[in-house]
Amino acid sequence: MPHFAKPAEGSWTEHYGLGTEPTSYADSTSPAFYELERRAIFGRTWLNVGRVEQLPRVGSFFTKELDAAGTSIVVVRAAKDEIRAFHNICRHRGNKLVWTDYPGEESKGTCRQFTCKYHGWRYALDGELTFVQQEEEFFDLDKSDYPLADVQCDVWEGFVFVHLDASNTTPLVEYMGETGASLAGYPFGEMTQVHTYRAEIGSNWKLFIDAFTEFYHAPVLHVRQAVSDEALKLQEHGYEALAYKINGPHGQVSSWGGMSPPKDLNMVKPIERILRSGLFGPWDGPDFGELPPGVNPAKHKAWGVESFLFFPNFMILIWKPNWVLTYHYWPTSHNTHVFEGSCYFVPPKNGAERLAQELAVVTFKEYSLQDGNTLEATQTMIESNTPVKSFPLNDQEIMIRHLHRTVDEYVQAFQESGASPASV
Amino acid sequence: MSEPSVTPSPVDLPAAFADLAPLSDWVLPSERERYDKRVASTMAELQSFYDVLMPRLEAAVAYLAEVPYDDMPDDAVNLLWMCCSLVTVSFAVEAWRQPRVPDSGAASFNAVREPAI
Repeated sequence: MPHFAKPAEGSWTEHYGLGTEPTSYADSTSPAFYELERRAIFGRTWLNVGRVEQLPRVGSFFTKELDAAGTSIVVVRAAKDEIRAFHNICRHRGNKLVWTDYPGEESKGTCRQFTCKYHGWRYALDGELTFVQQEEEFFDLDKSDYPLADVQCDVWEGFVFVHLDASNTTPLVEYMGETGASLAGYPFGEMTQVHTYRAEIGSNWKLFIDAFTEFYHAPVLHVRQAVSDEALKLQEHGYEALAYKINGPHGQVSSWGGMSPPKDLNMVKPIERILRSGLFGPWDGPDFGELPPGVNPAKHKAWGVESFLFFPNFMILIWKPNWVLTYHYWPTSHNTHVFEGSCYFVPPKNGAERLAQELAVVTFKEYSLQDGNTLEATQTMIESNTPVKSFPLNDQEIMIRHLHRTVDEYVQAFQESGASPASV
Repeated sequence: MSEPSVTPSPVDLPAAFADLAPLSDWVLPSERERYDKRVASTMAELQSFYDVLMPRLEAAVAYLAEVPYDDMPDDAVNLLWMCCSLVTVSFAVEAWRQPRVPDSGAASFNAVREPAI
């Protein structure tokens, strides 16, 4: 008997018509399939690359390495109300335009213009080529023919997105769909206290999303982070979400979370009791009044965290005490990716609030370290020659079924469009 | 050449916490340094740091609650970093019973952006 109501069909999976058959992870072990994903998904969807707060002034910029889409981009505040993105390549001889010390590493800063390190060609913040060294040596060179190569760029709720397909006609707000609309107005912009972690993970990008969109694993894998009575109780009960919502390629999980603060202080570790913080965040978070309808859609009193997956690789977690986690999964090959996790808080008013935030951040890190290494253990075995190729998924793993199905649909649509399968 | 000192030079701490000066080597301003020191320590070292600072944490929180974050004096910042080290160490002592996260192998999660004080 479920603790929380399920749809009339008897399961979330059947409610969303996703099929109940075992699944294969062949889409996560093949270099050839990864090449298709690069073209079909990362070259053809809106990708979140940062937030507007990272570009505080005209001339503020950051670069982003997008291996999966086969490019590096530079994102810049070109004018007070205009954020632009360009392929990070000089029009002269193809040198990477913006980088510091190591060409493969991301870079950020503020500038009046972009100057190529190689021959000194200069570009205005809007991409216009403004200076060519020894221009008279060139042959009929018209500078207006050589602006930086533009990348579609737009902002949703303060999150900056790019789209690498120049022929794209779907506006960002439309792409974010009902799931995005249901979150509009959440005060993301108030949360300017940011901690970001980065990890190189030895697994296909989808496996980490799989891990972070189901909480079925939490009472088992993370059992030692709870005090022992609580751990036993958690394992006995297992995990059930309050609700799942699927909208097009995106989805969300609504979860309980009675830990901020817990009903019984003995349920949590000593440091959590003193700092009034933990996995679910600082217990005394800011009050923003009524939240947008996408947050706790079932209006359940036991609600604790809402997890959104915006296809393909961007997750937002909104926690009851009003702080936010974002995850990004940037593929670097069929069996490696870079994971980025950012914790966003309202700036602390005093040293004690900073300390409570530190405990939430470090708890996130300790959990993620456990998750990250488990993924490598999974990747090596699904790539191995074992005869085991078919895997069951339960109803609490619906987001996994949906993600792998969505990936398959994008790849099929790409192949049917007759686009070249050559690598990016 | 003299032997390197094993006792770190004490840092400034608020007067009420001056007795914590022997823990000065845990005053580390980045999460990465705090985690690196944890995994480079023995459980005995972590336990003894925890046993000294944990009974003072409530008082430290009460003190830091009165210090505005955007105008923290150096001694309060030092106390904050020491308490942040206790946060990092608490996982080894209260949860893992070992310095490293279990089964974390070569995996690493590195802070690439932390708020300034």
